[in-house]
Amino acid sequence: MFKKSDSAWYTLMVLPGFILLVAFTFVPLVYSVIAFQKFNPALGIQGSPWVGLDNFAMLFRIPDARVVFTNTLFIASMKIILLEVVAIIFALLLNDLRFIPLKKAVQTMVYLTHFLSWVILAGILRSILARGGLVNDFLAIFSIKPIYFLGNPDVFPWVLIGSEVWKEFGFEAIVYLAALTAINPNLYEAAEMDGAGRFQKMWYVSIPGIAPTIVLMISLGIGSVLNAGFDQIFNLYSPIVYTTGDIIDTYVYRVGLTQGLYSLGTAVGLLKTVVSLILIGISYLAANKLANYRIF
Amino acid sequence: MITSKSLPDKIFDWVISIVLLLLGLSTLLPLINTLAVSLSSKAAVSGGMVTLLPVGFNLSAYTYIMQDSRFWRAFMVSVERVVLGGLLNFVLAVLTAFPLSRETKDFPLRNVLMWLFVFGMVLNVGLVPWFLTINLYNLIDTIWALVLPTALPIWNVVILMNYFRGIPKELDEAARIDGANPWQVLWHIYVPTSLPALATITLFSIVGHWNSFFDGLILMNNPDNYPLQTYIQQLVIAERSILNSGQAQLLSKLSNNTLNAAKLFIAMLPILMVYPLLQQYFIRGITLGAVKE
Repeated sequence: MFKKSDSAWYTLMVLPGFILLVAFTFVPLVYSVIAFQKFNPALGIQGSPWVGLDNFAMLFRIPDARVVFTNTLFIASMKIILLEVVAIIFALLLNDLRFIPLKKAVQTMVYLTHFLSWVILAGILRSILARGGLVNDFLAIFSIKPIYFLGNPDVFPWVLIGSEVWKEFGFEAIVYLAALTAINPNLYEAAEMDGAGRFQKMWYVSIPGIAPTIVLMISLGIGSVLNAGFDQIFNLYSPIVYTTGDIIDTYVYRVGLTQGLYSLGTAVGLLKTVVSLILIGISYLAANKLANYRIF
Repeated sequence: MITSKSLPDKIFDWVISIVLLLLGLSTLLPLINTLAVSLSSKAAVSGGMVTLLPVGFNLSAYTYIMQDSRFWRAFMVSVERVVLGGLLNFVLAVLTAFPLSRETKDFPLRNVLMWLFVFGMVLNVGLVPWFLTINLYNLIDTIWALVLPTALPIWNVVILMNYFRGIPKELDEAARIDGANPWQVLWHIYVPTSLPALATITLFSIVGHWNSFFDGLILMNNPDNYPLQTYIQQLVIAERSILNSGQAQLLSKLSNNTLNAAKLFIAMLPILMVYPLLQQYFIRGITLGAVKE
């Protein structure tokens, strides 16, 4: 029963949200044209000279760009892979735990870090990973020499990957735990009748049961391989580890906002926007084809 | 050799219990260490003697913070942004999700708008043009810079829209026959029946606002306008000292590590307080996102 007045109500309701969408997403998108200018804030978009693709050409000449791009890809993909592996193993073990109070206690502990900000966690990590910090003290028991976790470029990316896994594995495991509870208990009984042990039940029943979820999470991960985690890296890195720890987002911040090279920063950002959009498209198609995923 | 069927089974139980407990403790112990450091004496902290229990127990870090007006100003900016931002997120999510949950025949613009919103959600707009736009609107150094750019939580809109679509149409139709307009249907039927979903998304947006630091850093020129996370970021991470001389004198009696740990702990406290609620809701929140067919 279509009523014209209803449609007017709906339009009115959607209007504030639509205005915000235009103001804070589409206007900045239009503003990105300064990637093709030599932008000067005093002159504005109208007054600044157009330079065509110069900023992009410069991007491909400076060595920073390649380093930053490879760092981003490496850190982001290692994070996705290791996070899923740890979350899956954690979910499988937790699902197999029969002592319920322990199960509840462990769950309460591991979800908490997800809700804490990287500012706080980085503050904590900086102190426990320091030279005289908790972790190096612990390693000293096994007579391992102190490691400069945040100052050694070879170690730093692994600190990023490890601390991301540490923060998120519990929360990431929730989807797998949900998938595990959906597995038909008869399958486990049948496997037991055939003489399967606990590992075999995990391998032949649990893992195939959560396989669609694994495929889904990996597919959705493709969409974020250019997001290596700005908040985390920004709060943990320092110039000593730029060679291995600097990523696109931190680079855009330093070049675009700190050094005021607005056009160059925008050019890097615009490239990222376009490539991300393509990747998200691919990841969504993959998730849709392989796991029947839809967002609406 | 395996002699009884239950023995390896028991060992297995022990092994996974221990592994899981260690994983759980790995996330909890650093937080306990922070609390212990914040309650310890300067000498014990600089001597690296504090692990999980305070050494030389004292509350001087907390008494110092109690008098630190900058800390509390930042704390209040955070409270303000959480209240204002959370409210805006709630209202906009409801107002936007409801029309989008309608059939195209009732709201012809629905599909076009839906695609625009989703496009806006996945579009990762660059930092520099984003900053310049907010600068253009003259929002820099106002609380609005912290709440307006994130006022429309599109992912929450999608979650809520899916939830609204699951509400039986009969309720809606009955109200319409009684002469209710869409506005009344939304507030008298859809909002009351979606309270669990609304509580979940609101809780998540509150946590998001509390934890956000970067917008405060780039959109506030005056450090007095920093929200708490930005203030802590500058102090603890960037190690930028924003002290006056009186504070500096007081500080000499305290270890910097102790004070930092106390600040980190106070900033964590609100999250710890809502954590039981979060835990109750977030599993539901995640399954809310799924489309049921």
